[in-house]
Amino acid sequence: MLIAFPVAAALVVWLLPWTNQVAGSLALLAALVDVGIWINALTRFDFNGGLEFEQQEEWFGDLGVSYHVGLYGWSLWLVGMAVVVSAAAIAYAYWNGRENPRAYFGLMLFLTGAIVGVFSSQDLLVFYVFFEAMLIPLYVLVGVWGGPGRLGATIKFVIYTMAGSLLMLAAIVAYGLERGSFDIPESGTSDNHWIFLGFVIAFAVKAPLFPLHGWLPDAYRESSAEVSAVLSGVVSKAAGFGFLAIAVPLFPGPADDLQPLVLGLATAGLIYGSYLAFRAPDVRGVIAYSSLAQMSLITIGIFALDDLGRSGAVLHMVNHGLISAALFLLAGAVERRTATGDLNRLGGMARGRPALATVLMAAGIIALAVPGSSAFAGEFLILSGILDDGWGWAVAGAFAIVLAAMYMLRLISAVLHEDVGPAVPEEALDLRPAELAVIVPLVGCLLALSAWPAAITEHLSF
Amino acid sequence: MDKPVVDWFSLSPSLTLLAAAGLALLGAVLVPRVAVRIFSAVVCALGFVGAGVAAGLLYWKSPEATYEVADTIVRDRYGALAQLIVAGVGFLAVGISYGQGTRREHVGEYFALLAACGGGMVFLVQATNLMTLFLGLEWFSICLYILCAIEIDRVGSLEAGLKYLIVGSFGSAVLLFGSALVYGATGELEFGAIAAAIDEQGLVNDGLVLAGLAMMIAGLGFKASAAPFHMWTPDVYEGAPTPVTAFMSAATKAVALVLAMRVLVTAFPAEDDLWTIAVAVIACVSLAWGNIAALVQRNLKRMLAYSSVSHAGFMLIAVAADSELGAKALLFYLIPYSAASLGAFAVIAARERELGEQVTIDNVGGMGWERPTLGVAMWVFMLAFAGLPLTGGFVGKFYVFAAAYESGWWWLVVAGVIATAISLYYYLAVIRAMYMRMPAELQLAPAGGSPPREALLSASVVVCMAVTVVTFFAVQPLIDVAEKAASQLPF
Repeated sequence: MLIAFPVAAALVVWLLPWTNQVAGSLALLAALVDVGIWINALTRFDFNGGLEFEQQEEWFGDLGVSYHVGLYGWSLWLVGMAVVVSAAAIAYAYWNGRENPRAYFGLMLFLTGAIVGVFSSQDLLVFYVFFEAMLIPLYVLVGVWGGPGRLGATIKFVIYTMAGSLLMLAAIVAYGLERGSFDIPESGTSDNHWIFLGFVIAFAVKAPLFPLHGWLPDAYRESSAEVSAVLSGVVSKAAGFGFLAIAVPLFPGPADDLQPLVLGLATAGLIYGSYLAFRAPDVRGVIAYSSLAQMSLITIGIFALDDLGRSGAVLHMVNHGLISAALFLLAGAVERRTATGDLNRLGGMARGRPALATVLMAAGIIALAVPGSSAFAGEFLILSGILDDGWGWAVAGAFAIVLAAMYMLRLISAVLHEDVGPAVPEEALDLRPAELAVIVPLVGCLLALSAWPAAITEHLSF
Repeated sequence: MDKPVVDWFSLSPSLTLLAAAGLALLGAVLVPRVAVRIFSAVVCALGFVGAGVAAGLLYWKSPEATYEVADTIVRDRYGALAQLIVAGVGFLAVGISYGQGTRREHVGEYFALLAACGGGMVFLVQATNLMTLFLGLEWFSICLYILCAIEIDRVGSLEAGLKYLIVGSFGSAVLLFGSALVYGATGELEFGAIAAAIDEQGLVNDGLVLAGLAMMIAGLGFKASAAPFHMWTPDVYEGAPTPVTAFMSAATKAVALVLAMRVLVTAFPAEDDLWTIAVAVIACVSLAWGNIAALVQRNLKRMLAYSSVSHAGFMLIAVAADSELGAKALLFYLIPYSAASLGAFAVIAARERELGEQVTIDNVGGMGWERPTLGVAMWVFMLAFAGLPLTGGFVGKFYVFAAAYESGWWWLVVAGVIATAISLYYYLAVIRAMYMRMPAELQLAPAGGSPPREALLSASVVVCMAVTVVTFFAVQPLIDVAEKAASQLPF
């Protein structure tokens, strides 16, 4: 239902001759209804059981493939984050206006459906299908409505991710035929290191993890703000889902053997991403590279291979989804006013713009994991989870949190404080009520999670 | 010698198409000139419908494979399914051809030849004898030589016809020579008898048989345009009238590969450790050559020609698997591939008629927004070629990889995966050109006025798109059909 509804809405938006205004409102309405459906699902969810809302239909039986979807407690939270961020992104695009709105909003809704599909798939081939189905609308969303360098950015993005996911397809074929079933809960476990690596590389491209992050800066810079928000906030979590639902549980042996390798790469990505975020010359660069760092941290949590790390990773995935969506939308708002994201040409925007300052400050403070924030809770869980595997990993992680404080504070001060930058016009407005209506709910969710992180960590079923 | 019993029913698909061809030819003379186009098109379309119905009946009524007409043709579901594919492709090709500006005095012959060509193809897939094999192959090839050259006002079309004639005849000659060697060694013409003779007379390592086998593979490789026997493909695909290219790319490849699998599996089971390797190598070469050459093409027809070479490679992977799953994968792969290939060339034909010149990656700019139906369709076809989900191309590739993996060809899976990754670049380049660049920034001059809407062509494209998408969702019923067909091959 959560999957089918946005896809059906996308078809309606595409095929019927709506006027531009109506297409946008319809898409927004559909996205909000999807959030409603999720809240309804949340209230009916039984966190003690295993797989809930399960659905299974025969797809092709001779190879043991079926359309099998369902949600665990932890994936439910990812779905929630996905629908909330998508709704915010659609609302933001609606407010900003986009050319060819029918195509645009249809693709956004389709993307939402595909993402929810990824988070709920319980069959490897279904997972792959949704995983790729995300790519198709993203390709167009970046390529048609993106910035001046969009063509190069899309090619890089698609070639990187497809190369990764085709490896995964080969791995899926090998795994499924070996086990005789493609069903995730039923197919048992495997000890094949090569197949495991096929999956890990695909997810490492998607996340992205160091050193497979080459597509990231271009894609995040050239997309429109709301597409970047979905891309970094939600789509990257497909990799987290893949690690948590497929790579680790189906390959316990290889995951254990190759744990140092993955942890090493993730730690390298964490430090390197934080450093690049600190050096990035523009707003989007900071957020993009911080995204690299945070996804590495999440991977560390997952590959701690214990409950603490895993809970922390889920909590932090939700956190980071909301944070980076809010930050990218704010970056879009700043760029709209100043026509640049160059930190050297920005500054002093806090004066006379209290709403912008407050919201950006709040999002930034949560992002740098101030104690008491939900991001702090997530990072704390991840680091305590990894401590058992070696204190070195935890020290590196803690060091990266210091770096996170450095780059976030640099971003905040370069945009809001210091002298008024040359690109900031005197008459640039504060956040409009409509923009606030989009971004404040995201920050509100974050504040609510900060107050009560146990809402997620106490309600996980794996 | 006894007079052989002729089972007219098993010949009915070919006979229907031959009758349609004859009727269309008569019509070209007898029907008033203004009505020739519509008359011959309708007759030809009805011929393909009739052949399709007959093939469907054959499929339904042939739970067991039986040998008919003095053991020269086989009546089985494997052949019948391939006939169904050919009939569908031919029917849609009529819709695509209708609006082509073929000169009025040739249009009757055009549709007659199309029907006759289809007749040869549906005959060929039933062949189970070296004689009928060669007969069917030449039957449809000769029709195609003329079809390629039918736009005699265009140098490109003549050149394509001539090139295809020369290279195609060479391919046929190689195949014929190979058949002769096999016959010389075994003294048998019928595929099953050849296998038995090789077995009984201990000819597994016989030089004549091996040389014959190699030459037969090469000859069929010419028809399937598998590298390194593909040299004619880009030139012929580019020069031939686009609807003919569409028909060729889908139907010729289908019958050549279906037949290749039948010959290799039925006649040479004893040599399978050799020919699977040969086919696997040809598949790899096709994948590599097709994809890399396609990367640099600007002309869309040439690009799709190289892409068809690479798809021959994918389907040869299924042949190399030498298993029931492989045959199933081949038959399944053909359905979305044929639909996507026909559809893609149909979209090119539409653009060509709009611009009055060859379609390149530059002059499709902005087409996606100008012609939303064709644009979305082209998008679907490119995704199908690239094997992305939501199209049957994905399921086809998945089955091919599964078949290869099951037979232990894991390195073929890897080759296929790498080839797919490369192919994305040029398939997506088409989408990029259609959607992400605006005609204004490319400064295209339209040929003058907007051309009339071609309802028939658009309808054919929509049908192709529907087939491409439906094969993704309704896999089980199609796979059941393919499974019943594949189970009648002797593995």
